[in-house]
Amino acid sequence: MDNLHNKYVWEVPVRVTHWVNFLAIVILSVTGVYIGSPKTLALNPSQFVMGWVRFIHFVTGYVFAVSVISRIYWAFVGNRYAEWREFLPVLTADGRRQMLEMFRYYTFIGKRVPHPVGHNALAGITYLLVFVLYLVMILTGFALYTEHAPQSFGHKALGWMFLLFSNQGMRLTHHMTMWFLLAFAIHHVYSAWLMDVKEKGRVISSIFSGYKPVSGKN
Amino acid sequence: MGKGNDEDKAGSGERMLDMPAILEKRGISRRDFMKFCTAMSAALALPVTFAPRIARALEEVKRPTLVWLEFQDCAGNTEALLRASNPTVAELVLDVLSVDYHETIMAAAGHQAEEALAKVIKEQRGKYIAVVEGSIPLRDDGVYCCIGGRSAVDIAREVCGNAFATIAAGSCAAFGGIPAAAPNPTGAVGVKDAVPGATVINLPGCPLNPDNLTATVVHFLTFGRLPSADSLGRPLFAYGKRIHDACERRPHFDAGQYVEQWGDSAHRKGHCLYKMGCKGPETFHNCPTQRYNEKTSWPVGAGHGCVGCSEPMFWDTMTPFYKRLPTVPGFGIESTADKIGAGLAVATAAAFAAHGVVSAFRHDDKSRGGKEE
Ligand code: HEM
Ligand code: SF4
Repeated sequence: MDNLHNKYVWEVPVRVTHWVNFLAIVILSVTGVYIGSPKTLALNPSQFVMGWVRFIHFVTGYVFAVSVISRIYWAFVGNRYAEWREFLPVLTADGRRQMLEMFRYYTFIGKRVPHPVGHNALAGITYLLVFVLYLVMILTGFALYTEHAPQSFGHKALGWMFLLFSNQGMRLTHHMTMWFLLAFAIHHVYSAWLMDVKEKGRVISSIFSGYKPVSGKN
Repeated sequence: MGKGNDEDKAGSGERMLDMPAILEKRGISRRDFMKFCTAMSAALALPVTFAPRIARALEEVKRPTLVWLEFQDCAGNTEALLRASNPTVAELVLDVLSVDYHETIMAAAGHQAEEALAKVIKEQRGKYIAVVEGSIPLRDDGVYCCIGGRSAVDIAREVCGNAFATIAAGSCAAFGGIPAAAPNPTGAVGVKDAVPGATVINLPGCPLNPDNLTATVVHFLTFGRLPSADSLGRPLFAYGKRIHDACERRPHFDAGQYVEQWGDSAHRKGHCLYKMGCKGPETFHNCPTQRYNEKTSWPVGAGHGCVGCSEPMFWDTMTPFYKRLPTVPGFGIESTADKIGAGLAVATAAAFAAHGVVSAFRHDDKSRGGKEE
């Protein structure tokens, strides 16, 4: 078991988009909470506090959108650990077995620590959900953003969003989904820590370096 | 109507107007008339150079007939029109138009009135303008609103279906408005939904701004067609911009100065009403520039947040009027997104902390690293 070698698992685009997403979500959440429930910080009307906060939110929104789309692109051209199949373990019998095994471990039913090289199967499907939440944030965010220019291309392109949501419902969804993402972040950091300790697979350092210790052939 | 107008109303559909005579009779100077035309070109977001063209059009126009139908309404739009800012403006338009049928203000009543309406439909098919105020109930064959023994939907199909165009005046006629608010017991809808084939221009608002109605009519008289509209059928000259983007409190919004409580010092200083539930950022209407009642004021100008009355189903979708976001459905009255969200985050953290404690004391198999399959 102990002849481990380092295997290059997370390619550069995977790691870069991961950390861009992280930073973007932190910035978007902080600025978003201020947009949703601002405090009076300005002493005179010539200041531009809300203006800047919104500006930062929108610029970061663009960065986040580009990052998420790049990662989705990479799911089709990257290595097997970045591939879209990683996020759909339910499609294969093996994937379903791995999901069950991971579930048993998490719920204290099984003792065997699964040792996947890439994502564990349960994490894979969770990330699929997270990407759906990202897309919800991006679509509702840009739909709200285009409201300042109702005849613009963007507003026309996202007009269908206003058929799905009432105007207020869209804001509520954008706001509430932030909390879902924050709840995910708590779970995500914990699970990474847990697997780092239990699997001794250096999961946490892997998202910085890209390498994971792997046993077996090659 | 056309108070003081001695022309015979009946069959006046094609008569030329003698505008100079009308003006003189009313004691309206040429100068005031041109002022009105300029105001109209401004309301229509046209360059001032259009004012003479509007003047010429109004002078040369053939009197179009207008019929005004009221269904499930409060007559607030009629009220707004009768109070139309500059009386000269209102009177002019009312004189230019031959209002052959208007339940609230016409002299005729009963069968006589219905005859007038039938006559318009028969003699001026496809030429007259219909204005509808109020929503149209569809449930139970439309029995919830009947006039002269006929249901509103029946009348609307006939009158609007044969009109050159229908102006849906106010939010009820445009989108169903307050009668259509959940649970909508009468199955109320706006004109476009009740008469799908009709050409409808929506002028929502609670009430509509009469200046926008006048401008729409003037546009029709000047150019012979309706003004271009957005995806909700509202003319762009009046509904093309957000309240928020023309609001006089906007500098306080961008600066970050907010009213926190009614009557607090920020409120007295005229700061932004965003936190008091102002729906200006999601409402399209020209209230900040056109204003109501002789351009005296408008809700936000008077210190009350916008309630979004010109947006579809505002009574359902823009509530609560005094809070920014709706409460989360299914979680009781006072559950805001933040309370639920914070609870969710705390619960997640607690669950994982507990999981972590159990995991720390657990003996797992001692393997390390990942395994290649
Ligand atoms: C993880 C990503 C994001 C988070 C956590 C986030 C968070 C928030 C929050 C909490 C609000 C306040 C909502 C309210 O109370 O009404 C907000 C508002 C807003 N966000 Fe985001 N946001 C994200 C992504 C985006 C993106 C990608 C865009 C696109 C440009 C965007 C555009 C907006 C806009 C335009 C508003 C203002 C809505 C309004 O005017 O009421 N957001 N955001
Ligand atoms: S008062 Fe309302 S419309 Fe005016 S700036 Fe504030 S939020 Fe916008």
